[in-house]
Amino acid sequence: MGETSINFAKASSAALQDQQLRGNFRRAMDGLMSKRAVQFADTAEWNGVRTLGASVRLRALSKLPELLEKLEANCTRNGIQVHWASTTDEANAIVLSIMQRVNAKLVVKGKSMVSEEMHLNAFLEKHGIESLESDLGEYIVQLDEAMPSHIIMPAIHMNTKQIAHLFKQKIKEAEYTEDVAQLTDLARRVLRKKFATADVGISGVNMAVAETGTLCLVENEGNGRMSTTVPPVHIAVMGLEKVVEKLEDVPPVISLLTRSATAQPITTYVNMISSPRKEGEKDGPNEIHLVILDNGRSGIYADEELRNTLRCIRCGACMNHCPVYTKVGGHAYQAPYPGPIGSILMPQVEGLEKRGELPHACTMCNACVEICPVKIPIVEIMGRLRSEAVHPGDAVKGAGSHASKAEAMVWKGWSMTYASPLAYQFATALLAKLGNAAPASLPLLKEWTNVRSKPRFANRTLHALAREKGIPDV
Amino acid sequence: MSHDGTISRPAIERPESVYFFGTCLVDLFYPEAGMAGMELLKAQGVRVVFPQGQSCCGQPAYNSGYREEALKVARAQLDYFPGDWPIVVPSGSCAGMMSKHWPDLFKGEPDEARARQVASRVWELTQFLVQVLKVKFEDQGPPVKITWHASCHAQREMGVTDEPKTLLRQLANVELVELQREKECCGFGGTFAVRHPEISAAMVGDKVADIENTGAKAVVSGDCGCLMNISGALEGGKKPVRGVHIAQFLKERTHG
Ligand code: SF4
Repeated sequence: MGETSINFAKASSAALQDQQLRGNFRRAMDGLMSKRAVQFADTAEWNGVRTLGASVRLRALSKLPELLEKLEANCTRNGIQVHWASTTDEANAIVLSIMQRVNAKLVVKGKSMVSEEMHLNAFLEKHGIESLESDLGEYIVQLDEAMPSHIIMPAIHMNTKQIAHLFKQKIKEAEYTEDVAQLTDLARRVLRKKFATADVGISGVNMAVAETGTLCLVENEGNGRMSTTVPPVHIAVMGLEKVVEKLEDVPPVISLLTRSATAQPITTYVNMISSPRKEGEKDGPNEIHLVILDNGRSGIYADEELRNTLRCIRCGACMNHCPVYTKVGGHAYQAPYPGPIGSILMPQVEGLEKRGELPHACTMCNACVEICPVKIPIVEIMGRLRSEAVHPGDAVKGAGSHASKAEAMVWKGWSMTYASPLAYQFATALLAKLGNAAPASLPLLKEWTNVRSKPRFANRTLHALAREKGIPDV
Repeated sequence: MSHDGTISRPAIERPESVYFFGTCLVDLFYPEAGMAGMELLKAQGVRVVFPQGQSCCGQPAYNSGYREEALKVARAQLDYFPGDWPIVVPSGSCAGMMSKHWPDLFKGEPDEARARQVASRVWELTQFLVQVLKVKFEDQGPPVKITWHASCHAQREMGVTDEPKTLLRQLANVELVELQREKECCGFGGTFAVRHPEISAAMVGDKVADIENTGAKAVVSGDCGCLMNISGALEGGKKPVRGVHIAQFLKERTHG
């Protein structure tokens, strides 16, 4: 994907033509929505735990610099080496230098969205290091040379048949089968060998606990545990917002995370990593590194309203419930984070010049806001970004970059007409008389009438009818 | 504001008079729905005032990122709703703009207090009929099967959920069949429908299929944006289902 070729409209148009893809998404998201609803059937409980979750995240953000310092101090005390990266290039360089020092040739990875943000696999490949995704979904998209289409279920855009074909084509020892158990088994066999021989394991971090210097990792397949315990070196990468204050903050967030993401009351594995292998211990890596990535986040943090973006616990519920995402799927966003959270996060991280279209990939229906377990005002931030896109300013990179003279003139004209009763009534009376004569081929009308009939202006406006019927004016 | 970001209205006494805010879409495209809304209120013995100076809540510009222009239009409305009477709006979306977003829009402006005062008096029509006027409708129409489309902003900004269905269920000869995806957006989204016409078409396509599956003769909604989109798609696809605003539907059923 080229740096300049990001075009949501075009990519979504292609996705909409693909009936298989549309069917896959509709079915998968319908299933997730109804399963989640069962988990939070008790409204009072949902409100309670959600308020608690939001307050944990808000408290962490309110003292973010202090907590990050504490985290670093406590990790260091525990023997975890902490590295700071202000850009993805820096983060990649840090990872590479660790690898080169231990002469690593093969890396196994647990699922990590931050490493997607860093385009780490491609980077390592360029430096002659094989990097293998060990989460089943990530493994599938890696085989397919594609991007994840969802932050929790990276291969959700594919059905069993498509995966069966892919395995047959890409894995030497594969027999064609549509049996899910057999397919999983096959992937497991391939991965097991790699776990045993990998030089380095890479993982993400779901939460890092400041008071204890503990890295918390939630997963279902055990691959995260394998990646972080078998290879002699473990590198964890996280965005700087992932810190929480205390150990007791972890349970409510995990409960919200697993129930919102996959509707699981609990997850299969919760890994709490607090130090490298100690003397006398039988397993665990000899070295643990934590790379803390900024990549625009401190800028987001600096703005009180935008800061709420950093509350996110990456559960993916907002995408599952987004009527736009469920139609076009994750690839249309061409971003590591798709859907509603991606539409507010990407423009802030990468700038509005490049991502200014994403805040418009939204009808502002608020389904994401209703579902977000940490109550992020996603749509409000979306509105703010739309406004930043057309006004010069310094809060978001590239503010003002979508300003168009023509569009600004239209809204100026609109506001002049609508703010003056005389002008407004004159204009609307005129539209009522002549509006229906507008041909359906006019620019905006043409888009509308592709699937819809032309809107019909009434003969007389409500203002006129109210006057005629003697409805009092004051 | 309540826990989930929707507006919660404190209970009020039945007023002697109310203001009616018609909204710009009703004004141009669905004036009969606006008239029906006012007549429903009048039929309950409430005096209705329609300020002729009103135009629009400012939402189109606000959602497009043009907040200054939105503010200019919103500010122009303030003068026309003096005093304390409730302001009733036949659209959840515009009601949401006024009661939820005006306070933000006017933040730091000299007329912020006045804007907040006006915002706090805004009611969505069905909410007002049920919660304040406690209406009891008697159905006078023939048997008919209908379905209900919930507008996103009515449910998720104004907190209007059961009120419209409460009203529709009072009608003895009306069979209300619920949509499978009642709460899902129809794909209008103001400028979204023209900015992303294909996605919008896919969304309204799903909505139309859902409506057809119910076998209903009409789809009733409380928002003219949705209505324009859904009934436009029904007509465009030559589907024999009529889209109608809830105010108009209620009036037809109760006043012959
Ligand atoms: S924005 Fe909210 S719903 Fe979306 S991924 Fe983040 S926490 Fe989950």
